[in-house]
Formats: sequence, C-alpha cells, structure tokens
Amino acid sequence: MSDTSLSGAAPPAASATPVAQAIKGGRKLTTVYVYEAPVRLWHWVNALSIVVLCITGYFIGSPFPTLSGEASAHYLMGTIRFVHFAAGYILAVGFLGRIIWAFFGNKYSRELFTFPFWRKSFWRGFFVEIKWYAFLKPRPLKFVGHNPLAQVFMFFVMVLGLAFMIVTGFALYSEGTGPGSWQDKLFGWVLPLLGGSMQVHTLHHLGMWVIILFVIIHVYSVIREDIMSRQTMVSAITNGHRTFRDDDPE
Amino acid sequence: MALETFYEVMRRQGITRRSFLKYCSLTAAALGLGPEFAPQIAEAMETKPRTPVLWLHGLECTCCSESFIRSAHPLAKDVVLSMISLDYDDTLMASAGHQAEAILDEVMEKYKGNYILAVEGNPPLNEDGMYCIIGGKPFVDQLKKVAKDAKAIISWGSCASYGCVQAARPNPTRATPVHEVIFDKPIIKVPGCPPIAEVMTGVITYMLTFDRLPDLDRQGRPKMFYSQRIHDKCYRRPHFDAGQYVESFDDEGARKGYCLYKVGCKGPTTYNACSTVRWNDGVSFPIQAGHGCIGCSEDGFWDKGSWYARLADLKGSGFGVEANADQVGLIAAGAVGAGVAVHAAVSALKRAQHKNTDNGADNSATGGEK
Repeated sequence: MSDTSLSGAAPPAASATPVAQAIKGGRKLTTVYVYEAPVRLWHWVNALSIVVLCITGYFIGSPFPTLSGEASAHYLMGTIRFVHFAAGYILAVGFLGRIIWAFFGNKYSRELFTFPFWRKSFWRGFFVEIKWYAFLKPRPLKFVGHNPLAQVFMFFVMVLGLAFMIVTGFALYSEGTGPGSWQDKLFGWVLPLLGGSMQVHTLHHLGMWVIILFVIIHVYSVIREDIMSRQTMVSAITNGHRTFRDDDPE
Repeated sequence: MALETFYEVMRRQGITRRSFLKYCSLTAAALGLGPEFAPQIAEAMETKPRTPVLWLHGLECTCCSESFIRSAHPLAKDVVLSMISLDYDDTLMASAGHQAEAILDEVMEKYKGNYILAVEGNPPLNEDGMYCIIGGKPFVDQLKKVAKDAKAIISWGSCASYGCVQAARPNPTRATPVHEVIFDKPIIKVPGCPPIAEVMTGVITYMLTFDRLPDLDRQGRPKMFYSQRIHDKCYRRPHFDAGQYVESFDDEGARKGYCLYKVGCKGPTTYNACSTVRWNDGVSFPIQAGHGCIGCSEDGFWDKGSWYARLADLKGSGFGVEANADQVGLIAAGAVGAGVAVHAAVSALKRAQHKNTDNGADNSATGGEK
C-alpha cells in the first residue's frame, strides 16, 4: 500500500529545523516512479472508453429524434450500438489486462484492487483525507500512490463498479448473440439472477450514472490535488513520475 | 377407459387421415423441426397410448384457456383440447362438482406417474390459501396433491410461471408461482398473458409425441419458442437500427410503422414468439397493430413501470413515484456537480487565505523567498 510518509525515518518532532535547512540549501524535490507504462496506458484507454460508452449508452437509451426517409438509407442506431459494443470490448479487455498487470507490476499497480480495511494506517489516512476535504485540516498527508479516500472510491467504483458494468453489459449483449454463444454461456445467468432483461437494462443504466458521478469527483479532486496537495497528480498519470513539493515527513 | 392412441382418438373425432398427416407436418414446422420429423410425429401419435393432461385452475383469468381454444390448427383445437377435456379441466369439461373431482382422482390413480399436469394460474398462500378454493379446499392443496404423481408440470401463462398481476406489488394474497410451491417435478414455464395458442399446443404436442420435455432455457422456458426476443425478429427492426421511431402515437412515424422503442415497446427485453408465430391464426401481433409490446411474458412485468417508458421505474427502491434511472442519475449528477463547484470555491478561498498566512511565515523563515 502507499505509505503515508516518505521520509518516515525522521521523527516528526525534529522536522522543523532540517526542512528549513533543506529549503535554504536550494529546493530538493523527491520524485518516485509510480505509474508504469501499462498502468498509464490503461488509465487513458479506460477513460476514453468510459466517455464513449457513456455517450453512446445514453443515446441507446434515449435515441436521437427520428430520421426521415427510407430505413435502408440510415443505420444511426446500428452505428451507435456498434460503437458502444466496440468500446465495451476495449474496456473489458483493458480491465482484464489491468488485472493481469497487477501480478507483474510494481506495488502501486496492485493498489487499485485492494481495500485494506484491516490496516490502522489506512483508516488514519482515510480520516485525515476526509478532514482535509472538509477544510478541517490545513495540510494533507503525502501519498506515493492513492490516498486512502481515493483508494476506496477506486476500489468500489473502478473495480467493483466496472466489473458490474462489464458483467451486465455482456449479459445484455448476449441477448443479441443468442443462446449458446460464449457471451450467453459466461454471462447469460446474470439476467434471471437480477430480475430479467428489463431490470438489468435499468441497473446497467444506473451504473452509468454512478460512473459519471465518479468521473466528476475524480476529475475535480485530481485538479484540486494537483494544485493544493503535496504531490503531483496529472503529470504522474501522464509520465509516471510523482513529484513531491516538500520533503517534510508526514 | 382403454388406453387408446392419439390417432384413434382423432379418428374417433372424425378427423381424416389426410388431415392428420397435415397436422403432423404443421406441428413439426411449428416446433422448428425439419420435415423428416413429420412422419416421426405421425408414428408416435399412431402407436403411443395417449398421455392424459390434467388442467388445473388457480388464481387466474382464464385468458390462457381462451387463447388455447383459439389455436390456429383446427386439429390442435379439436383433438388436443378434446383429449384434455376428456380428463380434467374444470372450465371446459362437461361434468361438475363431485363428479368432476372424481375424474381427477380416477386419472391420478390409473395413470400414476404418467400424466402431465398443466397449471393455469397460481396458488395464493396467505390465510392458508383461502383466497382460492377449489371443491372446498385451498387450491394449493389440490395442486400439491395432483403434482405428487405427475410426470411433468406445465406452468401455463405468466400467472403460473411468475405470478403475474395477482402477484404484483403488494401481492395481498401472496400469489406464488408454481415452481415456488412444487420442487420435485420438472416444470416447463410457458409464460405470456396469455401465451400464444400455437405455442401452447406446440409444447403439449411435443411432450405427448416425443415423450420427453422440450429443451428448456435457464428460466425453464421451451427454447423453441422463448430463445429470442420479440425485438430480434420484429418486422419493424430495420427502423430501430436506422434510427426511425414513433415519437408519439399520433405522429407521422406511427402512420409509417416506425419502431415503437421510444414509446416504451418492451420488445427488446421480452422473450416470446409473437413476432414470428403471431396471434389469431397469424393475423397480427401487438407491434403490428401499432402498440408497443408490454412484456407480458417477462417475470414481474406489472412491477417494472410504465408500459410506455423505456426504463423500469424505481419506485420500489425508494426513489419516488415515477422516478427512472435517468432522472435519479441527472439529479445525483447535478447535486454532485453543485457540491464540487461549492467545494472548489471554498478550496480557492481557503487557499488564498492560507497563502497569505503562509507567505508571512515563509518570509520570516526564508528571508523573503517569492
């Protein structure tokens, strides 16, 4: 897990003087390589797929105004659905690849899939972050990977939420590919389990909104953290290196 | 009652052999079997002793029976039906009262383990089943009694298969589908409100002639009739793919026969054979008549919201009277967006405030680094 303190060795009480000295002797910025190339690639492919899926998905549920002329002259809904399915496949393959990468990547690559509720330090960081977001704490902690609050969101929306969308998505897709198709064999059981096709459509739709909420919060907090926290955000997921703005412990 | 074959019964009913063979090939076609199966059906019907069908009625509206007796095949109507009414169907048979109940006992005794039980409607379980009394006893008792020695059970219609209207929220009588009362028998669900007549006679004919259950899907429905959605075989499907929809029931699109998706057609979520077999001798089906499918053969279709809306409503989940996923989502997104905006504003203020004090501190510590 991401550790809360980078220079954990230094006792917090003695921090004031060495920092002042460090600053006096020129600014030293600690940089850690956090997000390896596959993780970055996945992030942006995933983000793009989600945008495409949300837009096309919305227009499958609420189609454009009717087109005039012969049906043979258009294939609008067909195209929208095709793009949705293609993006869905890309998202699903990316998700699988991301899971596989968690076995090979650095320790931060596994962070997404863990929710270390048994760790005291996790909950400490979690509540400090909540206080930071509630303006009750003037300064947040430092984190190499995700902060615990972000990790909770990531785990429940990006791992469990995306898994739910992939499973329900393929279950709905199997309605078109028909009984006996691999989609039906792997995911068809979901339809009766969740109360039928109509219900699964609605849940899949609600899932979209949960992800949209996540995206709003994610983009906002990333920008905010990039400006106000003690480490970089946007550049970290672009070039993989996270830079810290100070060398204070804690 | 000697063990006569189907063919003998048919001949007794005045059916010619020519008509009989026509029926066999039509049935083979209806069941999705190749032409080589027609002689097989004929042979089975000529040689096999007929299997009695006992048809019980629980909480129901008799729409299944009404549909069944309108089967397009005259032979299915005359023969299969008369064979059934020979045994037990309290709506259609001539006898009544104790005499009728005696027939039930007699068939159960004589064909023990060898008759098919067809159930129309379902048993209510509240108040010890007192909401549906047959022959002085709760229907659930009769159902359990007859099911005990049945070879297989057919759940006719959405009532027996899923509960249908009497099981809709709040289900005051606790109407319960057959498969939640009987656990030890194979159950074939033939949902629909009502099911299509040819589907009903097709399922019975298949079971009687081949002496086995049709292939069933995950939900226990015969694959031959319920493996595709109405949408998949709908003749208006090209308009769906093209993006041509009826926007309201009196518009140009409605007159031109565009897709009914936007006015809430449940074809895309409903498994049935309406768009292929159609109704009333293949005359039409709801979508052809210009009205969207209401999804009557789907589990819990009464509780999934308006028949004219694309999304199931969420009132059962505590989201107000008519809220759907989009409304809930939009409101949530709006609330979160507003929250984010306020949070961003406060953050900016705090930062500005903080910077001022920070700068003061910095100045003293670093000698005016800026």
